[in-house]
Amino acid sequence: MNENAIYRPEQHAIYQPKNRSLKWLEVRLPILSLAHSSFVAYPTPRNLNYWWAFGAILSFLLGAQIVTGVVLAMHYTPHVDHAFNSVEHIMRDVNWGWLLRYAHAVGASMFFLAAYVHMFRGLYYGSYKDPREVLWILGVIILLLMIMTGFMGYVLPWGQMSFWAATVITNLFSAIPVFGESIVTWLWGGYSVGNPTLNRFYSLHYLLPFVILGVVVLHVWALHVSGQNNPAGVEPRSKQETVPFTPHATIKDLFLTVVFCILYAWFVFYLPNYLGHPDNNIPANPSVTPTHIVPEWYYLPFYAILRAVPNKLLGVLFLMASIVILAFVPWLDTSKVRSASYRPLYRQFFWVFAAVCVGLGWLGSKPAEGNYVLAARVLTAWYFIHFLIILPLLGLVERPKPLPASISEATLRKAPGAAVASGAAAPER
Amino acid sequence: MSGTSKICALALAGALAVLGITAAGAEESEIPPRVEWSFAGPFGIYDEAQLQRGFKIYREVCQACHALSLLSFRNLADPGGPGFSPAQVKAIAAEYKITDGPNDQGEMFERPGRPADHFPSPYPNEQAGRAAHNGVLPPDLSVITKARGYERGFPWFVFDIFTQYQEEGPDYVVALLQGYENPPPGFSMPEGAQYNKYFPGHALQMPPILTDGQVEYTDGTPADVPHYAQDVTAFLQWAAEPHLVARKRVGLQVMIFLVVFAGLLYFTKKKVWSSVPGHA
Repeated sequence: MNENAIYRPEQHAIYQPKNRSLKWLEVRLPILSLAHSSFVAYPTPRNLNYWWAFGAILSFLLGAQIVTGVVLAMHYTPHVDHAFNSVEHIMRDVNWGWLLRYAHAVGASMFFLAAYVHMFRGLYYGSYKDPREVLWILGVIILLLMIMTGFMGYVLPWGQMSFWAATVITNLFSAIPVFGESIVTWLWGGYSVGNPTLNRFYSLHYLLPFVILGVVVLHVWALHVSGQNNPAGVEPRSKQETVPFTPHATIKDLFLTVVFCILYAWFVFYLPNYLGHPDNNIPANPSVTPTHIVPEWYYLPFYAILRAVPNKLLGVLFLMASIVILAFVPWLDTSKVRSASYRPLYRQFFWVFAAVCVGLGWLGSKPAEGNYVLAARVLTAWYFIHFLIILPLLGLVERPKPLPASISEATLRKAPGAAVASGAAAPER
Repeated sequence: MSGTSKICALALAGALAVLGITAAGAEESEIPPRVEWSFAGPFGIYDEAQLQRGFKIYREVCQACHALSLLSFRNLADPGGPGFSPAQVKAIAAEYKITDGPNDQGEMFERPGRPADHFPSPYPNEQAGRAAHNGVLPPDLSVITKARGYERGFPWFVFDIFTQYQEEGPDYVVALLQGYENPPPGFSMPEGAQYNKYFPGHALQMPPILTDGQVEYTDGTPADVPHYAQDVTAFLQWAAEPHLVARKRVGLQVMIFLVVFAGLLYFTKKKVWSSVPGHA
C-alpha cells in the first residue's frame, strides 16, 4: 500500500480568523482553529453509514449523564439512613426531579446500549486495525470506566439490589489469594458494605465520568489523527472521497441522535422502571438477601461468564479477561482486510458471536442452576474461542473478496446505476 | 465456504437448543391476571374517584399495620392525584396525631397533623412493628407497587417494550389481596402464615384482610373485595408514582417534538448530502 497516496485528515484548510479579537486570541491560544479543524473542516469518508453516528450519540449521552447527574447530586444524600429516602424526595418533591432521575437511570442503560452498538460496529468493520489500535484500546478503557461508574451509580439509591450488588461485586476481590480479605475490608472501609462504602462510591461515581470525559478527548484525538474507518475498510485516497465534517457528518449525526432520543424518551416517559429491578424499591436490608441477585441488563453477559466458572478466583479472572481481551483484538485478528463486507467467513462468525453475547446476557438473568449453567459454560467457551482461536485462524484460512481500489469504487459497486446517475448530475467538487 | 457456514449454523442451532431446554425448566408460579388500569398506556391518567375510594380503604383497613411514610397529606391535593381540596386535606391531616418536639421544656408532644406532615407510621419504631406481627414487619406501602412484580419471561418482556406494559406491580398486588386459598395437602405452613397462591413461597404472614361490604362506598361502586383490591392498589400506584400523569403528558409532547424534529433533520440531511456522489 502506498502511504503517500492516502488522503490524510491533516491535509485540509486551516482556519484563518478574520475578526480582530479572534486573531488576537488565535495567536495566544489557537483553540478556535483547533475546534475548526476538528469539527468543521475535518474530512470524513463520504461512505459512512448510520452505524458511524453512535460516537456522536455517545458524546451526547455522556453530556446528558453529567448534566442530570450533577443536578441529582445537589438533592441526594449519601448516607445509609437517608440515601433511599433522598432519592424518593427527588422523585416526589424536587421540581422535575422525576424526570432528572429517570433520565439519568435510563440514560445509563442507553449509554451502554449505544456503546455496545459502537463496539460491535468496530468489530464488524475492523475499525481496530492498523493504524487505529490505540483508538480502540482507549475505547476499551472507556468501557472499563463505564462499567465501574455504572456499578457505583446503581449502588447509590441504596435499595436491596444496590446493597447486594455492592456486596457481591466487592466480594469478588476476596478471591485474590492471600490479600483478598484485606483488600475487601479496605474497599468497604469496614467489615461489611456500609456507610463508608456508600460514601466512597458516591465520591467515585462523581469523579469517574470526568475521567471518562478525559479519555473520550484522547479517543477523539486519536480518531482525528488516523481518520475514521469506513464500511469499505479502505482509506480515502483523495479529497473527493471525503466530505467535510460540517455540515455533512454533523447533520447526519444530529439526525440519528434525535432518532436515538426517541428510543431514550420512550423508556424515560413510558417505561422508566422497565430496565430496573423491583427489589431496588425496597430499602437496603443487610439481613435479608433477595431471591436472585441480578445486575443491570448491561452487565448480564459478564455476570453469566463469572458464574459459568465453578472456581471463584477463576470466575473473576474470566470476567476480567472477557473485557481485557478486547484490548488485544487488533493483534488477535490476523486478517489484513478490515471490513466484514469483504470477509465472508468472518461475517458469519461475527453474527454467531453477537448471538452468543445476547445468549450470555439472557443466561445472566437466570438463576445459576441446572441447564442454565451448562449453557452459560458453552457460550462462555465460545466467547473466548472466538477471540483466541477463530480470529487468529480466520486471517490465515479465509479468502477475502477482492477489495475495492477506492471508496469511490466501493460506492459504485454497491449501487452502480444510482452512483453514475448522480455523478453525472452533480460533478464532483 | 459453504461448509463453514454450515458449521456456524450448527453451532448457533446447538446454542439455541441448549437455551430452549433451559427455558422449559423455569420455576412454577401463578401469574397474576391482567387488570385494565386507567393509568396504563401512553395516555394513562389516574381515576380521581378510584384514588379517593382507595385512600378510604387504606385509611380504614391497611393503615392499622402499614406505614405510608413517603407521602405527605398535602400530596392528596396535588394535581394528577386523588383531587382532594386543600380544605379537605387540612381536615384529613387534623385527624392524625403527630409526635412533634422537643418543645421549650425539652419534651415531645402530640399535636393534630398539618398538610405538610408525612403520614405517621403505625409503630413508634421498627422493632415495635415486628413485635406486633410475629416478627415480620408489615412493609411500608409508599412504593409497594414498584417494589413488587412478577417475572414476565421471554418473549413477553420483549413485547412489553412495544405495548408499554408496566403494571406488573399493581397486577401482582391486586392478585395477592385476593389470592388466599386453602393450602394444598402436604404443604407445611409456618406458624401464623396464610396460603396465598401469588406470594412467592406461598406462606404469607398477612391474613386475608378484605371482606365484602367492609368499607362503605358512596358513589355506587359495588362494595366487594375485587373492587376494594383494585381501588386500594390504584391508590398505592399513585402513592408510588405521584407524577405519572405529568410524566405521560410531557412524554407525548416530547415524542411529538422529537418525531417532527427528526423528520426535519432527515430532509435537511438529504439536502446537504445531495451534492455528494452516491447519496441521493
